[in-house]
Amino acid sequence: MNEHITEIVVFTALFLLVSGMGFVASRWRRADNLASLNEWGLGGRNFGPWVTWFLVGGDLYTAYTFVAVPALLFGAGAMGFFAVPYTVIVYPLVMLVLIRLWSVSHVHGLVTPADFVRVRFGSPTLALLIAVTGIVATMPYIALQLIGIEAVLKTMGVTGDLPLIIAFAILAAYTYQSGLRAPALIAFVKDTLIYIVILVAIIYIPAKLGGFGAIFDAAEAKFAGTAAPGDGTLLNANNQLQYITLALGSALALFLYPHSVTGVLASRSRDVVKRNMSALPAYSLLLGLIALLGFMAIAAGVTPIGTDVNTVVPQLFDQMFPDWFTGVAFAAIGIGALVPAAIMSIAAANLFTRNIYKEYIRRDATDAQEARVSKLTSLVVKVGAVLCILLIDPQFSIDLQLIGGVIILQTLPSVALGLFTRWFHRVGLIAGWTAGMTAGMVLLYNIANPANDHAHFGGSAFPLNKLGLDTSMTIYAGFLALLVNLVVAALVTVLARRLGSPEGVDGTAPADYTAESGDPQVKEDLEVAGST
Amino acid sequence: MTEPRSPRSDRSPWNWVLLPAVVIPLIPLLFNHAEPRLLGIPLFYWLQLTFILVSVAATLIVYRVTRR
Repeated sequence: MNEHITEIVVFTALFLLVSGMGFVASRWRRADNLASLNEWGLGGRNFGPWVTWFLVGGDLYTAYTFVAVPALLFGAGAMGFFAVPYTVIVYPLVMLVLIRLWSVSHVHGLVTPADFVRVRFGSPTLALLIAVTGIVATMPYIALQLIGIEAVLKTMGVTGDLPLIIAFAILAAYTYQSGLRAPALIAFVKDTLIYIVILVAIIYIPAKLGGFGAIFDAAEAKFAGTAAPGDGTLLNANNQLQYITLALGSALALFLYPHSVTGVLASRSRDVVKRNMSALPAYSLLLGLIALLGFMAIAAGVTPIGTDVNTVVPQLFDQMFPDWFTGVAFAAIGIGALVPAAIMSIAAANLFTRNIYKEYIRRDATDAQEARVSKLTSLVVKVGAVLCILLIDPQFSIDLQLIGGVIILQTLPSVALGLFTRWFHRVGLIAGWTAGMTAGMVLLYNIANPANDHAHFGGSAFPLNKLGLDTSMTIYAGFLALLVNLVVAALVTVLARRLGSPEGVDGTAPADYTAESGDPQVKEDLEVAGST
Repeated sequence: MTEPRSPRSDRSPWNWVLLPAVVIPLIPLLFNHAEPRLLGIPLFYWLQLTFILVSVAATLIVYRVTRR
């Protein structure tokens, strides 16, 4: 008999409950007709402040984050805490950007970031590059959500691929049926469970371990005893630059991901978006507390299952909590994987439909055809994610996710800067993208990780001495690649203009970027208005 | 509702309030210390968590002041 039987029962019950909610969600907030991307892919574009808060929070703070960040602190110490400054600076950083994106998207009926680039720069080629970048960056991210579920299943002693396949099949089915409404509704349950579990954990576990003082002392003792030079409960002279460039680079990248944009565009008004920027940091506090679980695991003497450090947090819960509450905690992580996975697959599907299918395959596609293609693509995307995890070494997905962060950052000049200025020439942006991607790949290729025996793609910390600088400092590879991108984009812009290369048509007007819901140019009834 | 379309603008001097909320968490000199501890938590961890309040305050001020 399995000693984890109580946990499994609680986990399964909660999992089935939210799955039921996922199917019922199609009837939530009454849509007359789900056969358009505005309904299926953006939930009717009518979410208010609360739904948006849960949806975007559930979307950005994924199950993988919740197991990987503490695992990072468990392994390396202070460096892993970069997730906190990252998610603290992101909201003041993007506040003024996102409201402009919301406005222009609602005036022109845009669904994806690539849609915006298409209208703004009049270049289908640039839009295609942005769309492909988005899809490639999102795919491994979906696969990583499965690692979150897998870590929990492993700890409960559930082995084999079947449970994972069933979980994802259910997810695929209700996403297909309900679209963005499913994760929006499930996010309420997911986040409520996570908040409860973490509040309990942060009081209960330190009490059992003799307080935070003892926990940090145990962590310090562990890092003092290892040979690795970069770990410790504080940063050292060599990884401070990596810490802040990684935080800044990740913050710049976060809202370039298609799934983040999906969450933002689904909200009712720019006021809702703006207000949420001061409400979303509540999740950052949660993340900071969750991160500390990594040190609690050290103090509790937790050992990961095999070499999978992602099992550290589930193992800690299993060791500390009564069985029934461990089941609740595991359900929180498991369900936590479903919300972002659903939104990510919807976002990737929308990119394919809008910027590849409609642009290159069927220019005259109707709204209903768009919705159907998107629904089918969302299934394909999830099957791909499951295959990734089952057939390929999960480490490969983690590497891909690392690369994903670097490449999505290369869309910043076109998407984020494009919201403020038309100064960049489309040829310059394409050249900058190409240079940034190349630089990013070369840098990542040259990062070794002795810890897991990787000669290449071993992390995101690029040693500056490889550029001939006399220092042992490291820097975030994506940040360097973005600098290359910006410089090349600017130089080629100047050059293209000298040579008189055509600018492309800007389909937007300055007033489009400040439009608010209720303004005459904002399409209230987008499902009738259709696409541009 | 149907007030005449006045040219709305995102520009406001208040937007500068956001700058310190972005810059302060990126200065390790401020927080890369163990002492003083708070409830046994080293300064590195509790101070960075309190930066969340700076972020909330800045975004809240800008939201309130620039609304309409």
